[in-house]
Amino acid sequence: MKRTVPLAITFIVGTVLVLADFIPHKPFGNLGDDFSLYFDIIAVFAFLLGGGNLIRVHLTKINRKRPDWQFSIVTLVGFVVMLAAGIFKISNPEGIQGDVAAIGSLFNDLYMYIFTPLQASMFALLAFFVGSASYRAFRAKNIEATILLIAAFIILLGRTPFGLWLTEGLTGDLAFLQIPNLANWVMDVPNLAGQRAIMIGIALGVISMSLRVILGVERTYLGQDSD
Amino acid sequence: MANNEVQNQSLIEKLQLIDRRIIFVFIACAVVIPLLVGATMEEETTPIVQAFFDYVENLPEDSRVLLSFDYGPTTAPEIQPMADAIVRHCAERKCKLYMMAVWATGHNLTGETIVNVLNPEFPDYKYGEEYVNLGYKAGNQGLIRLLLVDFKRMYSTDAAGTAIDSIPMMENINNLKNFDLIVSFGGGFPGIKEWVLYAGDPGNVPVGGGCTAVSAPLLYPYYPNQLIGLLGGAKGAAEYENALITAYPQYENKRMAGMSLMVSQTVSHMVIIFFIIFGNVLYFLHRSKQKANGIEGGQS
Repeated sequence: MKRTVPLAITFIVGTVLVLADFIPHKPFGNLGDDFSLYFDIIAVFAFLLGGGNLIRVHLTKINRKRPDWQFSIVTLVGFVVMLAAGIFKISNPEGIQGDVAAIGSLFNDLYMYIFTPLQASMFALLAFFVGSASYRAFRAKNIEATILLIAAFIILLGRTPFGLWLTEGLTGDLAFLQIPNLANWVMDVPNLAGQRAIMIGIALGVISMSLRVILGVERTYLGQDSD
Repeated sequence: MANNEVQNQSLIEKLQLIDRRIIFVFIACAVVIPLLVGATMEEETTPIVQAFFDYVENLPEDSRVLLSFDYGPTTAPEIQPMADAIVRHCAERKCKLYMMAVWATGHNLTGETIVNVLNPEFPDYKYGEEYVNLGYKAGNQGLIRLLLVDFKRMYSTDAAGTAIDSIPMMENINNLKNFDLIVSFGGGFPGIKEWVLYAGDPGNVPVGGGCTAVSAPLLYPYYPNQLIGLLGGAKGAAEYENALITAYPQYENKRMAGMSLMVSQTVSHMVIIFFIIFGNVLYFLHRSKQKANGIEGGQS
């Protein structure tokens, strides 16, 4: 029963959604829309489950004084403060019925002056690691690495006005050799071909996996003891 | 023992094992100094950006443009300049702007564009008549799929809680097919790809996008049939700003974020290129030295 009901739900919903795409008329068309709405409702509940899970995991960590448990306090305080600022719309100039992100509200201030700089700083670290990797790891060790290196060079230079400045003397029949034109060619031809191949491969994989899930062959999503 | 090993290292080996904090200092200077100086750099508009610009430029007055802010603070430095430039352009074309977000983090950034661009530069733009902020809704691609069928079923109020039916510009909006253009900012999930798959293609609505430079190659296959144009990274934003200045000379003296970022990006790219060349020169010198040592060893 524990496995039969989820398998039946998956089969019915999956089949109806597939049919709705090919037969967009009653009852399949409407059912497809309804299932999408259910998905939306379930997604909202997932937020609650996610929040609950976050609290449980970090409270356990603090209780048992696991390594780095102090960071869990920061996580929980951040979660509770942000949640309270959003739900009760603290210092929101538009009042309790106003936009949660209204300018001047505590929620927006926390977002703009704490969350944004923190996240932007984390992402900005990428530049430093790319710089370090370019010096230590980006070597022309073999043919494949050399091709990658040449492509990276063209894109790096082509993405800046410096690339045009270096090769703007190449005009007429040789204009295609200007670095920005070469960069566009790399993006439009080899990149496009590679991406399309990957996308078609992924799509075929998704179709195959979806069929396995709908038909109940693939059961790992049910968790342990699914066999 | 350790000191002897260090002393025995050749200059090449020492340079290869250079403290990475020195590299970090170079990168930091390359990024920060141009931003502090405040220099800007013009970018020639590439066809993929020009196509986007031309599409917006040819939109008739009162065209309905849906702008979805599908990104967060991590990618905002790259994407916010695009959002600002496109909102500026749409406002110049007197389009009606419908702003929303399928990312929770996008809603606050919508407010940034409204406060920094729309309100000060276009004071005649009235909320509810020329622009509306619908806010964030959960549901990812499921939300987009439902908006294609019934818009007001998902958005019964705007972000401030005003009933959707009391907003004049929402009067004839029933589903996504009522829009003349959908623009998604952000290359993550859900983002441009989902707007193409669940709105653009089934609803036959033109979709344009602006994303980070790393996401752009993944979206190239959708241009030109499923995307009217694509802005990739700070360069895409700078190109769009350049096209905007060409068409609207009143922006010539305005400091735009994309063009400012391009100076920083150019210098940091140059530093990275220098590191790649220098690193490879050291690598080949080291390898040739090792080979030479090996031959000598064999001979002895």
